[in-house]
Amino acid sequence: MREIVLNVNGAEHHLSVADDEMLLYVLRERLNLTGTKYGCGEGQCGACTVLIDGHPRRSCRINATAAARQKITTIEGLESNGKLHPVQQAFLDEEAFQCSYCTPGMIMSAVGLLATTPKPSQDDIIRGMNGNICRCGTYPRIVAAIQRAAGNSGGSR
Amino acid sequence: MSFDSELLQQTPDSAQRNFTLNRREWLKLFGAGLLVCAVDAPALQESGARSRGSEEENVSRGIASWIHIGSDNRVTVFTGKAEMGQNIRTSLSQQVAEELHVPVDSIAMVMADTDLCPFDMGTFGSRTTPQMGTELRNIAAAAREMLIDMAAGPLGTNRSQLIAVDGAVVSPSDHRSVRFGDLLNGQQLVKLIPDDPALAPAEQWVVAGKPVPKVDGRDFVTGKHQYTSDIARLDMMYGKVLRPSAFQGVLSSLDSAAAEHIPGVTFVHDGDFVGVAAPDSNTARHALNAIKAEWKAPEQISEKDLYDYLRKQSSTPAQAAKAERGERSSAHEKGSVENGMASSDKKIEATYTVAYIQHAPLEPRAAVAEWRGDKLTVWTGTQRPFAVRDELAQAFHLPLTNVRVVVPDTGSGYGGKHTGEAAVEAARLAKAAKKPVKLQWTREEEFTWAYFRPAGVIDVRAGARSDGTLLAWEFHNYNSGPAAINTFYTIPNQKIEFHTTSSPPLRQGSYRGLAATANHFARESAMDELAHALGIDPLEFRLKNIDDARLRAVFEAAARRFDWGKRPTAGHAFGIAGGFEKGGYVATCAEVSVDPNSRGVSIARVVEAWDCGPVVNPNGLRNQIEGAIVQAIGGSLFEDVHFDQGRVLNPHFSSYRVPRFRDVPKIEVEIIDRKDQKPFGAGETPIVGLAPAVANAVFNATGKRIRSMPLTV
Repeated sequence: MREIVLNVNGAEHHLSVADDEMLLYVLRERLNLTGTKYGCGEGQCGACTVLIDGHPRRSCRINATAAARQKITTIEGLESNGKLHPVQQAFLDEEAFQCSYCTPGMIMSAVGLLATTPKPSQDDIIRGMNGNICRCGTYPRIVAAIQRAAGNSGGSR
Repeated sequence: MSFDSELLQQTPDSAQRNFTLNRREWLKLFGAGLLVCAVDAPALQESGARSRGSEEENVSRGIASWIHIGSDNRVTVFTGKAEMGQNIRTSLSQQVAEELHVPVDSIAMVMADTDLCPFDMGTFGSRTTPQMGTELRNIAAAAREMLIDMAAGPLGTNRSQLIAVDGAVVSPSDHRSVRFGDLLNGQQLVKLIPDDPALAPAEQWVVAGKPVPKVDGRDFVTGKHQYTSDIARLDMMYGKVLRPSAFQGVLSSLDSAAAEHIPGVTFVHDGDFVGVAAPDSNTARHALNAIKAEWKAPEQISEKDLYDYLRKQSSTPAQAAKAERGERSSAHEKGSVENGMASSDKKIEATYTVAYIQHAPLEPRAAVAEWRGDKLTVWTGTQRPFAVRDELAQAFHLPLTNVRVVVPDTGSGYGGKHTGEAAVEAARLAKAAKKPVKLQWTREEEFTWAYFRPAGVIDVRAGARSDGTLLAWEFHNYNSGPAAINTFYTIPNQKIEFHTTSSPPLRQGSYRGLAATANHFARESAMDELAHALGIDPLEFRLKNIDDARLRAVFEAAARRFDWGKRPTAGHAFGIAGGFEKGGYVATCAEVSVDPNSRGVSIARVVEAWDCGPVVNPNGLRNQIEGAIVQAIGGSLFEDVHFDQGRVLNPHFSSYRVPRFRDVPKIEVEIIDRKDQKPFGAGETPIVGLAPAVANAVFNATGKRIRSMPLTV
């Protein structure tokens, strides 16, 4: 076990974690931040995506110890003062979900994408989001939501 | 569980309809207000509940659903249906709002909780909209009329002068009104609906028929919604189960000493069940890995022998098997296929196959189990909460009243979550640990130990006159299932038969649309083959042999939108297919290109026309249709469970390919809103058209006919 400090959504948490304990489980089981989902444990589906220092990362493949002292943002940390992040609002507006289990990971990946590519083309979005799986098949709506959040005209379907 | 067990499930067990919540518990639960229930007419007659005075005592018999209107004007709807992404929490709210004349946001839906909701067989078969939706509209309409009755006195007006608007009864002539909740004066009233009340015709809908947004959408974009796997209980532990080395594996040796020495771990061994519970899932994983076990598994059929095996093992025709179980035969015969073939100018004969595939819902099976003495509560994502309750009661020898199953809105199912494996496993571990236990299957477990969509072989023989008139049709489906097996084309000579397999190599179960996908794939591919043999346009050939006006209409609508008949751009080709199942009519056009080097198929554009009667929520419906098309891409092009000697060889998203962003074509959905018809569901049938449309387009692109799902060019 190792003592670490995790900085999650602006708050510091002093935790004792195992060397091989993945960030996903620390978030979910210790910090009760269950918006970040388990989907495959292999970095193949993106349901567990969080931002680490602004970059989308698979929390199922990152040891909690490796994420210590970096700035971690989860889906719970996107709202500010009760106001949804523009990407969250765009997902609502485009109804870009069905069962929504993939939604937190999709939104975090999209926020990460827009941070580096504020005006993404259709291809940018497809390339940037291809690692995230939606089994309900709402991909076209998710693309539209990201375009809407970016202020692109493609948002209105 | 086999494919046709879904049909068996549709026989209601009358014993289960005896709802046990008594009147005192009801009042405690609901408080003041009006509780309106729909009751099965036979149950009422049986119990004499129609006689005055006894109705409340007997109300627990045969109740199918209920609505409560509180003195605060809040409406609570109770239904055993489960929300798994089909958007029924919203669409059912709309239907209640429509008839009760209340705002959608005044309605709360309590769903799929076996202690609070009346018995329901399960959420499958596209039945929520036609059955539960209609039932709730009936109750809501009856409640509205009761409230208007109750308002006549206080408003001092003739009842006929009153209308219900936005949760109040209003007298338009003098603008006086009284809120529903105020009519109740703190009383607790229980009413049964006497007869089917008159429902608003779809043409007059004001709330239903509109694109009302998902009622609790905000909870899903903020991560606030708790799926089963997100639920935490006080002192909860995390469970893991040791899986056999192969299907049908039997434990031959076990050394658990190392696992048992890990602090905080509860180790469970009972027969072939071996599992652990630990304070966190990382420790549970270590404990599981520390167990040394050996398994013995029998010789099993492998993938390479699959289709031969299915055909050989299907020597018992379906009707014989069904007759043994006292069921009606699914075999269908009309005229003489031999005579029809003899008079045909063009004939085709072909065999089609569909692979085993997995549902792979993004939320793998999960359950949280908690014991209080001999009472068990399990939260789990299942499509059949009452069946899982029964499974748990049986497993632990408990009366049904000691088991409660609660289904949080779930991370999808697609027919894959009918069963309660995770619920039973979590409850076993929780019982041993004497603490609540959460168990979530890994992706590998979900790919391996969940049931599969049945693989199948389909033989088709067909003939037509040179003018395109179909004369003969013979169709044999081995193992994949009887759903939508009958042809909707008008053919004088037919023989259509489903053949069960006595012991299929993998565990089989329901999948979105059941075998409608396989049967449409074979039927619509064969129709295309015959059209080409005749030298007739595939759309024209179909229309020539369709009598059903609604089916013609979807084919024509899809073709018009797609511009069927135009020349494709270089390297691209078109295909068309369609059909009918579970009240839904569908036609799909696809534009594909095939990479000459990699032979990979890309789908560029899909147009799908759809008719399921009057549309309850157009945006929700569009979402379902688009999603079904995308999901269908997987089964059409990539999804295939590889297995050898009882082991799944590709139980990961890295080796079992599912549709991703880059696979998605331009999708256009054309909805025919038939307000003059009865409403039907749309969760399944929109999936059936894509595979044959793509296969037919691939033939046009390459000249090569692909007769397997997934299509391997």
